[in-house]
Amino acid sequence: MTTRFDALAKGHLTMKLLKTLSVAGALAALPTLALAQEAAAPGFDEIGPYIMTTLLFLVGGFLVFWMAAGFAMLEAGLVRSKNVTMQLTKNIALYSTAAIMYWLVGFNLMYPGEFNGYFAPNFVPTVLEPVGLGAADASLGYASVASDFFFQLMFVAATASIVSGALAERIKLWPFLVFVVILTGIMYPISGSWQWGGGFLSQLGFSDFAGSTVVHSVGGWAALAGAIVLGPRLGKYKDGKVNPFPGSNLALATLGTFILWLGWFGFNGGSQLAAGTVGDITDVGRIFANTNMAAASGAIAALILTQVMYGKVDLTMVLNGALAGLVSITAEPLAPSLFMALITGAIGGVIVVLTVPMLDKFKIDDVVGAIPVHLFAGIWGTLAVAFYTGNWGAQITGIVAYGVFTFVVALVVWYILKAVMGIRVSEESEINGLDTSELGMEAYPDFTKG
Amino acid sequence: MKLIIATIKPFKLEEVREALTSIGVRGMMVTEIKGFGSQSGHTEIYRGAEYAVNFVPKVKLEIAVGAAMADEVVATIAKTAKTDKIGDGKIFVLDLESALRVRTGETNDDAL
Repeated sequence: MTTRFDALAKGHLTMKLLKTLSVAGALAALPTLALAQEAAAPGFDEIGPYIMTTLLFLVGGFLVFWMAAGFAMLEAGLVRSKNVTMQLTKNIALYSTAAIMYWLVGFNLMYPGEFNGYFAPNFVPTVLEPVGLGAADASLGYASVASDFFFQLMFVAATASIVSGALAERIKLWPFLVFVVILTGIMYPISGSWQWGGGFLSQLGFSDFAGSTVVHSVGGWAALAGAIVLGPRLGKYKDGKVNPFPGSNLALATLGTFILWLGWFGFNGGSQLAAGTVGDITDVGRIFANTNMAAASGAIAALILTQVMYGKVDLTMVLNGALAGLVSITAEPLAPSLFMALITGAIGGVIVVLTVPMLDKFKIDDVVGAIPVHLFAGIWGTLAVAFYTGNWGAQITGIVAYGVFTFVVALVVWYILKAVMGIRVSEESEINGLDTSELGMEAYPDFTKG
Repeated sequence: MKLIIATIKPFKLEEVREALTSIGVRGMMVTEIKGFGSQSGHTEIYRGAEYAVNFVPKVKLEIAVGAAMADEVVATIAKTAKTDKIGDGKIFVLDLESALRVRTGETNDDAL
């Protein structure tokens, strides 16, 4: 199994070094490069793995990018029609914010080259290789910096998307985006470096293949803190009863779920971080198959369980169940057999069906089920890795470390934002819907104006 | 002239329209509405939480006809929309003061 840290040890460190060197000496190196290529062009045996892994990052990266569309459609479908424009605005804004912040500080903060402390500041914008990089200057043991950066930034965007769904229909746009800046620029990269940046958790033996904890639980913890500080939507909990607000468009919610499912092949498959050998590319195939199986079993588990518990199937739970299956398998999509992937995903689906009503009992209003799907299933998936590694201590340490850090920091940030700029729209705005009151633009204007 | 307002079950709309055109009704207004009567509401489950649906979807018909035809229209709607189950709807008949066809300027019975 190739973990992110193994890949780092293999190639990332040299790559980082090269990157720094190439910035300084790019111009000087160019003429000699051309000469070197003429002299002895490297054979495919030497550059093949680099090309294959770079391709894996590019294909994986645009698949994970597409998950931004999945989150947008899922959330647009599960909010009421009066808040759809705002939800879509938040989704494209948070993705774009994440993309900029990850360039500005995130990437180098998360992958510092070598681990340099728990909260070490390493605020350096990302620099790409020079145009037309020669084989001699490439880190042939890994992949191109640009492809690596592109791939990794999609993960931080996913983390931010998780938060937007939970806090929908009542949070103001700008304080939300300020939180996204802090989450994607500082919080996620710092905690991510503990594992994928060669930090103390990876040294401890913690294992999280594609980010059940590093990505999904982090988003879930930030969302949980936000939902607690923000409070539930008006009228959601009244006289000890739960008043559901059914989603406006279950076709969009279903489309969004399928898009996320598709994107997840890149999320988990790309996290193999290598495609240059028979073993690696075969593993990528194995990961695709396991990922698909876990999603399917998560959906079926929710399908059966809602039928048994409520006498009717609840589509929104089935959609959440598929996503919970995906989150569950994300911590270890390679080692399990298809049957074990089925079990892992199905337990994720069960967790969602049981924990959605549980959050309601605590009056924590999570509009799209982001906390059960990404946090609770993420914890389960991360724990389940210990069945393969045997290192329960490391898994639990990792879960607790990410939980405490992200939840506490997020709680503080949300409270500061609440005090400084206010995070919640006015009562009147919330009742009229954020689309007309905050944006003056309805998602479905034809319905009333003909 | 009479204005007949009828609330019926949505799935009965097409059947009622056919029955009314076959007895000579030449126009009607149709609105999707929600409301409650003796059927009251029912409960649904959404994401594990049971909730009351207090307003039931219905279709509202508004039909303006000459006074002589009103009883037949009412009887036709009543016969066609009836399922013998709770929630079949209600029919109200009101006196209609005047009518005017916008295109031609015809008034009252000529305008219907």
